[in-house]
Amino acid sequence: MAEQTNQIKLNKNSFNKVGANDVDEQEKISAPSLTFLQDAIRRLKKNKAAIISLWLLVIIIMISIISIWWTPSDPNAQHVAYANLPPKIANGIPGFTGKASVGGEIVDKYAQANVPKGTYYVLGTDYLGRDLFSRLMKGVALSLLIGMLATLFDLVIGIPYGIISGWKGGRTDTIMQRIIEIISSIPNLVVVILMLLLFTPGLGSIVVAMGITGWITMARLVRAETLTLKSQEYVLAARTLGESSFKIAIKHLIPNLSSTIIIQTMFSIPTAIFFEAFLSFIGIGIPAPNASLGTLLSDGQKTFRFLPYQMWYPAAAISIIMIAFNLLADGLRDAFDPKASE
Amino acid sequence: MPKDNETIDAQPRKKLVQVKHLKQYFNPGKPNEVKAIDDISFDIYEGETFGLVGESGSGKSTTGRSIIRLYKPTSGEILFNGKDISKIKHRDMLEFRREMQMIFQDPYASLNPRMKVKDIIAEGLDVHHLVKNDQERDARVNELLNLVGLSHDHATRYPHEFSGGQRQRIGIARALAVQPRFIIADEPISALDVSIQAQVVNLLREIQQEQNLTYLFIAHDLSMVKYISDRIAVMHNGRLMELSTADEVYNHPLHPYTKSLLSAVPLPDPMYERSRRRKDYDSSIEFDGKPRTLK
Repeated sequence: MAEQTNQIKLNKNSFNKVGANDVDEQEKISAPSLTFLQDAIRRLKKNKAAIISLWLLVIIIMISIISIWWTPSDPNAQHVAYANLPPKIANGIPGFTGKASVGGEIVDKYAQANVPKGTYYVLGTDYLGRDLFSRLMKGVALSLLIGMLATLFDLVIGIPYGIISGWKGGRTDTIMQRIIEIISSIPNLVVVILMLLLFTPGLGSIVVAMGITGWITMARLVRAETLTLKSQEYVLAARTLGESSFKIAIKHLIPNLSSTIIIQTMFSIPTAIFFEAFLSFIGIGIPAPNASLGTLLSDGQKTFRFLPYQMWYPAAAISIIMIAFNLLADGLRDAFDPKASE
Repeated sequence: MPKDNETIDAQPRKKLVQVKHLKQYFNPGKPNEVKAIDDISFDIYEGETFGLVGESGSGKSTTGRSIIRLYKPTSGEILFNGKDISKIKHRDMLEFRREMQMIFQDPYASLNPRMKVKDIIAEGLDVHHLVKNDQERDARVNELLNLVGLSHDHATRYPHEFSGGQRQRIGIARALAVQPRFIIADEPISALDVSIQAQVVNLLREIQQEQNLTYLFIAHDLSMVKYISDRIAVMHNGRLMELSTADEVYNHPLHPYTKSLLSAVPLPDPMYERSRRRKDYDSSIEFDGKPRTLK
């Protein structure tokens, strides 16, 4: 007992003040500060399919960029003697042996055509003896370029149009929406064909034709979003502070529209690629001798029963690009707009 | 007639805001016309807190927004400091925007989720070029954070990291940044829970005393309005029902609608609560064909 009382000796100094001393400590947030973008990237990383798609697209885009300066051989150079050679890698690995069955017999096409040893075509050659691998590289690059340019029209026309229409409201909005309805009531294909009558077929006219009609979806989405944003209290607060409409658009509307814009862009790139392929496939797209995915598919389809490799590889390329873009767009939508996906 | 502050005070005080026969109709002349405000008149004196109460949809918020010129009134005039606000020229508009500010209802919607707290608070500083460089801007933001009781390292955070009460303080700091004379508080506490409500109301009172501000305090909770306001106006269906000092309205309500509102206020007193009966207000008595005006 006595020992215990000896032990407990309390005075003022025995106590420590627990808890915060000032506002800075009381109100401290210990979690790291994440920006909206960091948060979205964190969510995107959890989506395996989207990440794989992203890397596939990065690789495809890198190869396309390389093709500007370098391809295994000239994609437009013809060697009629070397026409329709099957794929061959080095001295032949399974699947790429350079042999094909002719009338039930396996023959070495490279030997038949007297191709010198050491010369081979990774994905074979077409009916004019052009290297298909080089043409595929160029074709993918051209298709991606068209996709990007058409999307640029989306951004440059669609976003300002949508924001102005939604922000101004009233009569301006009504007139702008009627214009959109008139444009969208004309089928895309008709516009493109009319455009191609006026201008020479080629990259420029395809992009312009798609640009004329492509921005409508973007403008509509941006307008709808602007209508909800403009009655948000932070926009009202900016107005009561005397912020100009232009500044409000830059500081408040566009950052909050960014997820809609990014997602719509990711969906409109593959649509543009597919539309170009379709135009080239029916013969009103990229003129010969340039290659695009559509022209390659169109050429390959003619001899598909006998020389299937001429169509398989371009078809695989366009499928991979389409699926990758769509999966990535899906992943981005979930990452930027977690509420919508639930 | 209840006595007005003007008659109670020996010397007449300066009228900061005068609302005269204000009407605010939406979609005028169309089948879906809404008479949000239907001919109201009142004055707000410099340095006072003017409470505006009423049920949802009675036009309280619309009144606030018309005064700060978020809406263009259908008719009537609003004088601020003796000047008609609908006649303010474009270049004087910025000055008006600086003198009158607003605190918003929903602390979750009133801060841009993509902006850092310091950029939200400094928005007014940038618009009105009140600071010369970044150091000055940061110093002013820190000063404002101090004033509303937030920490300096909150400046680089995003709004979603804060609670409702903290967000409302950020909103208050944003309004104070431009050093206004008159602040419209549009239900600043209705989205907060009761313990935080008291904090925010007390903060508003302290700032008012320090900076000699005038408030238009809009709310639907009569007990909280009574606590902060000097005078109270009661609104219903876009009309003013009663206007008097806070004590008069609370203790001696004249209009049956005010009595009905007061009967809905709960008190933490079981004896009182047992006998409390809600009085319903029958608005048909207003439509007896007799013209009515306040005062």
